[in-house]
Amino acid sequence: MTLTQELVEHIAELARLDLSDKEMTRYRQQLSAILEYFEALQAIDTDNISPTSGMQEGSSMLRPDDTIDGLGIDDVLSNAPDIHGRQFRVPPIFN
Amino acid sequence: MSHLFELKLTEVVQALSNKEISSRELTQAYLDRIDKLEPELNVFITLDPDNALAQANFADIKRQEDPEETFLLGVPIAIKDVLAVKGLRATAGSKILESFIPPYDATVVERLRKAGMVIIGKTNTDEFAMGSSTENSAYGVTHNPWDTSRVPGGSSGGSAAAVAAQMTPIALGTDTGGSVRQPASFCGVTGLKPTYGRVSRYGLIAYGSSLDSVGVLGQDVEDVALIYNLINGRDTRDATSSQNPKDEINLNGNRTLQNVRVGVPDEYFRKGLQSEVETAVRDAIQTLETLGAEIHIIQLPHTQYAVPVYYLIAPAEASANLARFDGLRYGPRVDGGNLRDTYTQTRGQLFGRETKRRIMLGTYALSAGYQDAYYGKAQKVRTLIQGDFEKAFEKVDLIAAPVAPTTAFEIGAHQGDPLSMYLEDIYTLPANLAGVPGIAFPVGFDSRRLPIGMQLIGAHFKEQILMSVAHSYQSATDWHTKKPIL
Repeated sequence: MTLTQELVEHIAELARLDLSDKEMTRYRQQLSAILEYFEALQAIDTDNISPTSGMQEGSSMLRPDDTIDGLGIDDVLSNAPDIHGRQFRVPPIFN
Repeated sequence: MSHLFELKLTEVVQALSNKEISSRELTQAYLDRIDKLEPELNVFITLDPDNALAQANFADIKRQEDPEETFLLGVPIAIKDVLAVKGLRATAGSKILESFIPPYDATVVERLRKAGMVIIGKTNTDEFAMGSSTENSAYGVTHNPWDTSRVPGGSSGGSAAAVAAQMTPIALGTDTGGSVRQPASFCGVTGLKPTYGRVSRYGLIAYGSSLDSVGVLGQDVEDVALIYNLINGRDTRDATSSQNPKDEINLNGNRTLQNVRVGVPDEYFRKGLQSEVETAVRDAIQTLETLGAEIHIIQLPHTQYAVPVYYLIAPAEASANLARFDGLRYGPRVDGGNLRDTYTQTRGQLFGRETKRRIMLGTYALSAGYQDAYYGKAQKVRTLIQGDFEKAFEKVDLIAAPVAPTTAFEIGAHQGDPLSMYLEDIYTLPANLAGVPGIAFPVGFDSRRLPIGMQLIGAHFKEQILMSVAHSYQSATDWHTKKPIL
């Protein structure tokens, strides 16, 4: 199977990846080859098989509803590329 | 003994507790060894010599004050650079985290610190643990200590090479699809991937959340067990952490393997397996039989589907986990003028090739119109792979198999052909998909004198039998004592 150029561009858009034309071409070829190999899965009968979504034992685990101190504001902001006072500063969302 | 770095972990512990050596001397010996070998091997992304020596001095004082202190006090350890160590840069092998200083410790690191262990540095890894060679690291490839033209395996290649080259007595790694076991095999060391949920993932930079497990690499099973005993056990900060009581491995039991049933899966010995690897693994199985084990041929019929299932599920989970790297809260930012372009350019420029490939693959597998055919299908076949193991463990106590189809390959061998690299993971992926524990250890060498590993795979939470049997093997053989010439 071969992915179309449009589909690869659409995936990059969904994934928020700015890719060069060269990267688009390379990923289009490589993903096509990988997915073709993965077609083997379609031959397996899984009609009555339930999916495995996680590895947890039994049902969801509960914990006591205790107050636990999280990180302080300085710690949280310490790695940010840009801050304003006690907040993350981000580029404009609307023009 | 001519050099301190030649001690293995249990000997280090003994020498420290007998006060034959200080933690300072020991730590310095490893730092000197690292200084000497690092230019050739590129094992560490970040070293912390000053802090390590300070921790060692502190440990020496503590031991003077209280001779009954914990036995791991002052023992050096190296940590794969996907685990958070407070105050020490964590890159995950990526440029997108090149300046990230974690403001907290991972739970496993917290437990090492509580025992007084000395953290000497962060080891190289494929970016976000995505790879089988460390070639995908933004900080350069690590070289295999047995042959520097070859890869150490991956993604915990730095940790495996560090132990093999005796730059640390022990190291932590992580295993999402074989990333502890395969580098252990390529570097001739012992590596444990515990049961999913046995060791907390809190503070581990997430790759595939339903697959990730934190493991240990050391010179032998005894050494690995010491650290596994320290780091396993419930952690409320990881919602998938097991409620099972803390595990305490004891290797003092009977070393004969009477009544131990070992399964040998047909599907792991088919075409593509290097003949020298097959011979060494079959010889090792023969040794287990000589020690008293019963050998049974078993079937794991869905093995061939492990590659597509894993390479749909892990990238799908990764595409969601890596959405957090957006240039806003940590890491460098590429300013695109507006928010959207800042996201796409930061991610486009700072993620490496393989990471972007897996994000693309995972995003596709989860996208509208394709989710049922890919991600959904993979989840169902994952159930079948688990079923294979459940059936097998009705008949046998553990499974013995090769770790990888070949010994360490040459740097660049799979360049430009990602699928051929993915196929190398065929023998390690199933244990992660089923969440069961595995341990890899050396069982021989090929004609190039590259180490060959074998893995034992156990049922959920059966680390004790896994490690007992591996320990029996190591008590009867000496492959694990061989060292590369450096």
